[in-house]
Amino acid sequence: MKKVNNILIVGLGGQGVLLASDVISMAAFKSGYDIKKSEVHGMSQRGGSVTTHIRFGSKIYSPLIKRGKADFIVALKNSEIDRVKDFLSSDGKMIGVPEGFLDKLENKKTLNIAMIGILSKYLNISSKIWEKVIKETVPSKFQQLNLEAFEIGREAKF
Amino acid sequence: MGRMELLSGNEAIARGAYESGVVIATAYPGTPSTEILENIKIYEEIYCQWSPNEKVALEVAMGASFAGARTLVAMKHVGVNVAADPFMTLSYTGIKGGLVLVSADDPAMHSSQNEQDNRHYAKMAKIPMLEPSDSQEAKDFISKALKISERFDTPVLLRITTRIAHSEGRVKLSKRIKNRKEFRFEKNPQKFVMIPAFARKRHAFVEERLKKIKKYAENSELNKIELFSKDIGIITSGISYQYSKEVIPEASFLKLGMSYPLCRRKIYDFSKAVKKIFIVEEGDRFLEDQIRAMGIELEAKLDELLLGELNVGKVESILLKKKYVKPKEIGRVSPPKMCPGCPHRGIFYILNRLKFTVTGDIGCYTLAVLPPLNSIDTCVCMGASIGNAIGLSKVLSEEDNKKVVAVIGDSTFIHSGITGLIDAVYNNSNITVIILDNETTAMTGGQDHPGTGITLKGNKTKALDFKKLCKAIGVSSVETVDPYNLDEVKAAVLRAKGVSGVSVVISRRKCILIDKESIKRPLKIDEEKCKICDMCIKLGCPAIISVSEDETGRIGKEKNIKKDKEKEKEEKSREEERPPIIDKNLCTGCGLCEQICKFDAII
Repeated sequence: MKKVNNILIVGLGGQGVLLASDVISMAAFKSGYDIKKSEVHGMSQRGGSVTTHIRFGSKIYSPLIKRGKADFIVALKNSEIDRVKDFLSSDGKMIGVPEGFLDKLENKKTLNIAMIGILSKYLNISSKIWEKVIKETVPSKFQQLNLEAFEIGREAKF
Repeated sequence: MGRMELLSGNEAIARGAYESGVVIATAYPGTPSTEILENIKIYEEIYCQWSPNEKVALEVAMGASFAGARTLVAMKHVGVNVAADPFMTLSYTGIKGGLVLVSADDPAMHSSQNEQDNRHYAKMAKIPMLEPSDSQEAKDFISKALKISERFDTPVLLRITTRIAHSEGRVKLSKRIKNRKEFRFEKNPQKFVMIPAFARKRHAFVEERLKKIKKYAENSELNKIELFSKDIGIITSGISYQYSKEVIPEASFLKLGMSYPLCRRKIYDFSKAVKKIFIVEEGDRFLEDQIRAMGIELEAKLDELLLGELNVGKVESILLKKKYVKPKEIGRVSPPKMCPGCPHRGIFYILNRLKFTVTGDIGCYTLAVLPPLNSIDTCVCMGASIGNAIGLSKVLSEEDNKKVVAVIGDSTFIHSGITGLIDAVYNNSNITVIILDNETTAMTGGQDHPGTGITLKGNKTKALDFKKLCKAIGVSSVETVDPYNLDEVKAAVLRAKGVSGVSVVISRRKCILIDKESIKRPLKIDEEKCKICDMCIKLGCPAIISVSEDETGRIGKEKNIKKDKEKEKEEKSREEERPPIIDKNLCTGCGLCEQICKFDAII
């Protein structure tokens, strides 16, 4: 495990970028890491580009990731990749929506949680914590749907 | 041991107010400050309210403070301009119960009309300013600010920026302190009545007070020296501290938790202890100018770093003296759009078709400046639409003035539009104002206001009646329309423009984000009937997707780069021949596109 994990989440307003970021940062928090997350509110509901920065590890100063230093970029919309790809470090991993992935989901609105499923394979955070945080974050009637989406992501070949 | 939580800066400030015994908190919503009051409202022990604007919010807080209550008032940076009148004289009266004003600045203008640096306000008002660097400090500094406020009889400015307000970090919680529950106002005209004779004495007090606070700053633990490598010394505050730590953690730091007034002695001592001094600050040269004036030699900041916000890359260019290379703009940033079903859309579609000149205001509807609606012509500050329209009406020809309207949202109208409307009536102006009443403060996420009849705490109250208000002001004609009915909108706007004097059209329909009940069956396009005239595209609705603009089209285009140009053209024209698609997940069935389709192809 690296000392600091830098994760950038991108998508469009309404896709649940902020919720996905809440889940990841809360999971890191509950795993005992120092954590900083930065996002910008205001325009995020209106279909525009949304970016959040998540950094966790033993000690975090800046809430923003430096260009070229992101270990992971998770894109909920592949068309958003272009504008952030220079954030990715040389050995970083770009996680876009795999082809046909949306069709595997019962409800397309769970894409944000399914993408965390893919990301989770690379992070040192236990399944128990992921499950607990997802349950606490999403509305209760969508809990099962989201937990299933998470599993679909976790099992996806990527 | 206190419990740990993951909190944003704004949540931490709310928690800080709770823990330090604040009993009243006021604000007008504004990014990036809105969530402070939204999080304070969960604490039963604190009375909190949205005020119609920042000036009133501060005056309410002052009243409570004058009776001895601890108070917090929050606003965005430009809100302090509105509150500047009471703010400057509050410095003279001082306080009784601790008073902290939170100014949330927005460098880079994520959601603002300018990026003014509000640190200057502390200097102008001659009051202390604290700048937290993370969520933990945001919480802790509220308690410190209130203590300083009460110790020196002064309001305190707590200045944060977007990256403090909207970043989350670990915060250790404490319990709420015990404090008084009953407050009394004791007459003290020499302090609270700022007639010239008394104010002159209070000004002398302000100067004396500033000297005392300067002494305090020298010994306060708010200003911390972290002595490591003697090669580089960094003087910094707020979020800039974090970026600097990221770049050179082994450097020596003077971290200014109190960034006004400056701890001059400490700064001299620090400058002697290190070989080179850098100032790392976001925005203006606030620290740099003052420290240079002390005769200390500093490494220079590049002019281009005055613009926007700092980040680790920019700070690296300052500290490692690398030329700052602005990252290349690659890829397309999707601009925000009015939501599908937004009640503003119909108004701006009509104003665009009528080729009107539109003086605009602050709110979601400012987005109508962008294509395809292209209908906003000015946007300056809260309430400016009405004054701007009056000014135009006084100098334009009668003919040209017939094509001018002012548009202003409901919350913005209450904030700063009412006085403009009174001006229009008083000075016999010929103007038309469209009040875009979506029954919420939509831009900041849907806060209640005096027009909604609900308070911040969720209690019912009297709702302001716009129609009655306009009539009472003396407006010649007031008409209410449903913006989902395009014919009605057009007729009402033209009728209003035909009235001599001041006319108001109230466009009334709830913001679609708070009115889920009015979401109807999604519409679809009948491909047989569609003539691909693209009229529906001119609504700028995110739910109507022109196939050539679609993501699949974009990917197609990317692949085309490798093909020869002719093939590309051919493929493109084939794409353009396909009818648009309505995204059934986005469409709210508002019916605007149905009304403008000449071929009945939208069903």
